[in-house]
Amino acid sequence: MNPFDYVRPATVSEAVAAAAAPGAAYLAAGTNLLDLMKGNVTKPERLVDITHIAGLDRIETLADGSVRIGALVRNAELAHDGDFARRFPAVAEALLSGASAQLRNAATVGGNLLQRTRCAYFYDPASACNKRHPGSGCDARGGDNRLHAILGWSESCIATHPSDFCVALAALDATVEIEGKAGRREIALETLHRLPGDWPDRETELEPGEMIVAVRLPAEAAGFAANARYLKLRDRTSYAFAVVSAAAALRIEQGAVKEARIAMGGVAAKPWRAREAEQILAGARPDTAAFQRAAAAALGAAKPSGDNAFKIELARRVVMRALALAAAGTPARMPALPGSPFAAVSGVLTNA
Amino acid sequence: MGFSTTLTVNGVTQTVDLDDPRVTLLDLLRERLHLTGTKKGCDRGQCGACTVIVDGRRVNSCLALAVSHHGADVLTIEGLAQSERLHPVQEAFIAHDGLQCGFCTPGQIMSAIGLMAEGQAGDDPERVREAMSGNLCRCGAYRGITEAVLEAQKILAAANRKEVA
Repeated sequence: MNPFDYVRPATVSEAVAAAAAPGAAYLAAGTNLLDLMKGNVTKPERLVDITHIAGLDRIETLADGSVRIGALVRNAELAHDGDFARRFPAVAEALLSGASAQLRNAATVGGNLLQRTRCAYFYDPASACNKRHPGSGCDARGGDNRLHAILGWSESCIATHPSDFCVALAALDATVEIEGKAGRREIALETLHRLPGDWPDRETELEPGEMIVAVRLPAEAAGFAANARYLKLRDRTSYAFAVVSAAAALRIEQGAVKEARIAMGGVAAKPWRAREAEQILAGARPDTAAFQRAAAAALGAAKPSGDNAFKIELARRVVMRALALAAAGTPARMPALPGSPFAAVSGVLTNA
Repeated sequence: MGFSTTLTVNGVTQTVDLDDPRVTLLDLLRERLHLTGTKKGCDRGQCGACTVIVDGRRVNSCLALAVSHHGADVLTIEGLAQSERLHPVQEAFIAHDGLQCGFCTPGQIMSAIGLMAEGQAGDDPERVREAMSGNLCRCGAYRGITEAVLEAQKILAAANRKEVA
C-alpha cells in the first residue's frame, strides 16, 4: 500500500474542500478501497475519511413520501430497517444477496454505489487495463472473460459493475444527491455510472472532488412493494458476485400489469434498466408469454464480449424468472437465501 | 506525523500513537496490542478469520483502518471468557466439534456472536449457514459450526428468558 495523507473532516463542506487536492479519495468503510490499495490497484495520495461526519447516517421519510438514505447508512442497517424493507422489498433483497454479513455491516450506501469492478485484470497491476492505466489495452479481451459484459461494452473495456443494490435502485428511479465545490446537485442513479466507450477510466458522472451525500427513492417506488423481487445467479449460493441478476417490480391492477420495472446486474458497466421490456409489459396480463417477450426485448442488444454468450440466454431466463417471482407476490418474510433461485428446502423449485 | 487513536478494546480504553495511517484495525490488535487471537487469513476481506465486533457489529478488521476507528468499541475473542469460564458460544463450538485446526475459530465465534445480536437467523439452519457464509473453514467443519451456532442461540435465548422472569 502506498503512503498517504489522512484527513478526518467534521462536515461535508470541509470534506469537499479536503478532497479538492489532486490524488485525493474519499474513505467510508473502506471495504473496497482498502482492498484495492493493498493490491496497489489504486494509490490515493490523500484519504478523506468521511465516517466522522454527523448526519449522513440517517434514513428519513420526507414530506413528499420519498425516502432519503444518508451516504453513511450501512448496507445491513438499511436492509434490516423494517419500514424500509416493507416499502422497498426488492432493494432489501438485493442488499442481502450481496457480500457477507461482516461486509454488509461495514459497507456504506455511498460506497456501494462507487465500488469498482471486480474484473480480475483490473485487479492485477501486471495486466493491461484501460480503466486502471488508460491506453494500456485490455487483457480481459481474449482472456478469462466468461463473467464480463454483454451489453454496452466497448473495445476498450468489457468490465461489469458489481453492485446488486444499484440494480434495484435503478429499477425504482432512485436519485443521487451530490455535493461539490459548486454546491449540491441531484442526478438519476441510472445516469451516475457511465458506459466505457473510449474512456473506461471515467466511471461515473461525478466531477473530481464531488461526494455522494444521499440516495433518494421516490414515494411512487413503494407502489411496487407487493410484487417486487431481486434474483441473482451466482457461481456459489452465497457470498459471490452476480453472474447475472435482475430486479423486477410490477404494479398489477385487475389482473393486468399497470406498470413494470426491470433492471439487470452483471451485464454491463452500469446497472442496466430495460425500458423497452417494461413497455411491453404495460397493460399485458402477467403470464409466461408476456414475460418471455419482455425478457427477449431486455437482451435485444446483447452481444458476447468473449466466452460469455451463455450469459445472454441466462440473463433472459433470469429476467423471466424474476418477473414470475414478482408476479407471484413479495414473500411475507425475506427468503433464507436472498435473491437465490434455489430453495432452502431441497426439491422445491424456487424460493417463491 | 503521528495519528493518536483512542479506542476501547474488550472494555479497556486505550490511546495508541500510530506512526502511519496505513495500519489496519487487525494489525493494531495483533501487532500493537498483542491480541493475537484475532487471525490474519487472506487480509482481503474474503475469509472472515479477522472478524471482530465493532460498536456491536461484526466486521472484517483487515479492511478497517485503525485511525478511522477513533472512539470505537471493539470486542475480540480475548474479551469473551470470564476468567476460566468460557462464553456459551465457545463451549458450543467445543461440544459440537465446530473446528479442526482452529485457525478460523476466533473469527467464526465472533461472527456467531454478531449473528445472534442481529437476530435474523432464528433456529433455521439455512439462515444460519447463509449468515455465516463470510467465514471460511478450510478444514470443512461447517456442519459442527452450524450445530454449535444453533445450540448456543438456544442456550442464550433460554438464559435471557430466565433473566426476564
